[in-house]
Amino acid sequence: MKVKELCEELGWELAIGDGDREITGGIYCCDLLSLVMGRAPADSLWITVMGNVNTMAVATLADTACVVIAERMPLDAEALEGAKKGGITVLKTEQPVFEAALSAATTMKLN
Amino acid sequence: MSENSLHYHYVVPGDDFTRAGIASSAVKKTLKQLGIYPETVRKLSISLFEGEINMVIHADGGEIDVWIDDEKIVAELVDKGPGIENIELAMQEGWSTASEQVRGLGFGAGMGLPNMKKYSDELIIDSTVGVGTKVTLIVNIVK
Repeated sequence: MKVKELCEELGWELAIGDGDREITGGIYCCDLLSLVMGRAPADSLWITVMGNVNTMAVATLADTACVVIAERMPLDAEALEGAKKGGITVLKTEQPVFEAALSAATTMKLN
Repeated sequence: MSENSLHYHYVVPGDDFTRAGIASSAVKKTLKQLGIYPETVRKLSISLFEGEINMVIHADGGEIDVWIDDEKIVAELVDKGPGIENIELAMQEGWSTASEQVRGLGFGAGMGLPNMKKYSDELIIDSTVGVGTKVTLIVNIVK
């Protein structure tokens, strides 16, 4: 499933990006960037509450399909700029991390 | 490296977390443009970024040189920071001397060097306390 299709299905907000990437690496949830860097699978849907510029750098370099900011945590201007530069799609949801992952998994029929 | 290798040089500013990752992102872009296998690009991107972040966190910046030829990518990260007192300890997952501020940003989990080892084919650390650190990362190009 493509990022934008998932976003539409779940009624999440597309904060930036075209959402054109296919999610083939499953779902990964974590806020500790050093851990994400080494463990998030490529092409995964990464769910976090960290909306800073470093989040975008990690998403770019670990090559996740997108970033989902849970709990509507703030996404600052630098982060948006970083996402733009890295060509990262960022989605926003009010759902907490677990609920967001559960709804994404259900929609993508992963569970 | 062979004579016809490509060479790139980057200066990493110290203590500026908003700019950390710029060199690694630029290298990633170049590798992608060269048509290098995605998993190889990902390996080098992750290991180089960890090194770049370490330079910002611990060494007030430094310099990165990257050479690319047909067989491998070699990245050399040189800083004039405090040096690593105990490399064996620093290689352990979870060991970190990062500040609270750094941890608040999501770093300092003590995964930097372990990630660099995991995502490179060769990792050489040459560090002298009070002088600085030179890290060499080598990733073989899969054809």
